[in-house]
Amino acid sequence: MKPLQLGDKTFHSRLFLGTGKYGSNAQMEAATLASGTEFITVALKRLDLKQENNALLAHLNHPHLHLLPNTSGARNAKEAILAAQLAREALETNWVKVEIHPDPKYLLPDPIETLIATEELAKQGFFVLPYIHADPVLCKRLEEVGTTAVMPLGSPIGTNKGLKTIDFLEIIIENSRVPVIVDAGIGAPSDAAKAMELGADAVLVNTAIAVAGDPVQMAKAFQQAVQAGRMAYEAQLGAIQNHAHASSPLTSFLYQ
Amino acid sequence: MTFYDIYTTYDWQTIQKQISETTSYQVMQSLRKPKRDLSDFIHLISPAARPFLEQMAQLSQQLTHKRFGKTIQLYTPMYLSNECHNICTYCGFSIDNKIPRKTLTPIEIEREIHLLKSQGYDHILLVTGEANHTVNLQYFEQAIKQIRPSFSTISIEVQPLEQDEYEVLAQLGVYAVLVYQETYHEAVYKQYHPKGKKSNFRYRLETPDRIGQAGIHKIGLGVLLGLEDWRVDSFFTALHLDYLQKKYWKTKYSISFPRLRPAEGNVEPNFIMEDIDLLQLMFAYRIWNEDVELSISTRESELFRDHVIGLGVTAMSAGSKTNPGGYSVDQDSLAQFEICDNRSTATIYQLIQSKGYDPVWTDWNQSYANF
Repeated sequence: MKPLQLGDKTFHSRLFLGTGKYGSNAQMEAATLASGTEFITVALKRLDLKQENNALLAHLNHPHLHLLPNTSGARNAKEAILAAQLAREALETNWVKVEIHPDPKYLLPDPIETLIATEELAKQGFFVLPYIHADPVLCKRLEEVGTTAVMPLGSPIGTNKGLKTIDFLEIIIENSRVPVIVDAGIGAPSDAAKAMELGADAVLVNTAIAVAGDPVQMAKAFQQAVQAGRMAYEAQLGAIQNHAHASSPLTSFLYQ
Repeated sequence: MTFYDIYTTYDWQTIQKQISETTSYQVMQSLRKPKRDLSDFIHLISPAARPFLEQMAQLSQQLTHKRFGKTIQLYTPMYLSNECHNICTYCGFSIDNKIPRKTLTPIEIEREIHLLKSQGYDHILLVTGEANHTVNLQYFEQAIKQIRPSFSTISIEVQPLEQDEYEVLAQLGVYAVLVYQETYHEAVYKQYHPKGKKSNFRYRLETPDRIGQAGIHKIGLGVLLGLEDWRVDSFFTALHLDYLQKKYWKTKYSISFPRLRPAEGNVEPNFIMEDIDLLQLMFAYRIWNEDVELSISTRESELFRDHVIGLGVTAMSAGSKTNPGGYSVDQDSLAQFEICDNRSTATIYQLIQSKGYDPVWTDWNQSYANF
């Protein structure tokens, strides 16, 4: 399996994890380690930055794990930019996952504010990973303002519904010049494998693992599914027969 | 970054080897896929794909209908000048050909406009040689301002320009810019273009980048088929198209298939491309890329042009003259190359209709030129 080059980092695991919704930090840590992930996202709003020994961060203190602070809770570009700057100072990282969802019910991303925030943060030297709808045109606009990757959703966040946006994900993957990380909605390892077979560069999973009966075992299942999907993509999937033979040749004029 | 950075990571011989070593099984696999990438394009242009030509034709027709419907865009060239400061060993306009040179004056342009308009033409492709001192941006500005009120669509095929010059043309209402690389083989390119500004391979290769940056609506690409191994040259064209489509994603693209034709003082093609090769290439482009426009000029025979309508082709020239003033001013001035299909525009128009297709002159509006 080829490593993933993202910004200034190289990843050998293409499974990125979230850190919310676990029963305990210890369980989150165990699942994270079992998954083989190297990149985990942490909500800035969950961190008590005044406390020196932050409980959540203590469980993520492993040398192979890179932290990706996210701006979950921000309702507009201005709030997201401030959150990113705060995270850079507190966590000493210039990576940020831009999440801007003014709607508290479905947590759907605001495309206009996300584009504004991405452009500004990229100018400020951040590696920006924006969480967005599976909107191919938005992906191209983000590319133009210097995004590091795009993170289109498979289905509404936290729903475990899988790849409802598959037709648009295919268009995004086909046309993108930056890595495509399918984020949100992935509910089962088979969804993750499917996304990887399509040619996604990585997937980000949280709820499906965190709320599983056995998060550690589920984390392992996702690890294997992502590997299988990526290997299948690199091996080039077999073709589907879908043509019929013609009755009257179109090329016979060549022999006239 | 420009296309040159990508170009330098590929090796001509390696691609040639991949094409020649393609197996029937790989061709079948590529034909069956729902979406195809550049490795599939390699399979489809390979000698191994030749037994699948009819199947490729069926698929190409089906995909063309799906994306473009039953329409064929028409255009006709208006040669403004045959002045040229380059040596291109295959071209009638080459500076070392001792021929009378002509650049149309505003009065002569007016006569050409009048005649073309009276015959129903509405999409004009302005063509010149490469004479930067006399036929330059200033000349183009004047000509376009003069021509614009009479035609809905103006495309140009002139010497490579700077980005700011393309921006000026875009604002003047130029819809498309066609620029052919001639060949992607850098060493061979230099042999064919030993003198003049055109001998700078990289400057020409990066021209579509400058056109894309300038926000021109459509870019036309192609190679001169006959200068080098058409299969490898076409792979590099496809690679170029793939790069441009992803980077300048608001732009439309077309591919043309100029086969080397007899011209004053020129050499025989080094690589012969038969009709069957050209068909295979057109099908390969369509099957690999459902969205790209494919254009066939009057360089091709009546038989060929009659039969490719709807099989992949989406645009055709008609009633072409390839000499400056050829329609009304100076019908005997030296042509860039010999036309093969000499039928009138009206005949081509009727032919397209008789095949159940709609001939389309206008597919753009100049109001989109005002950024």
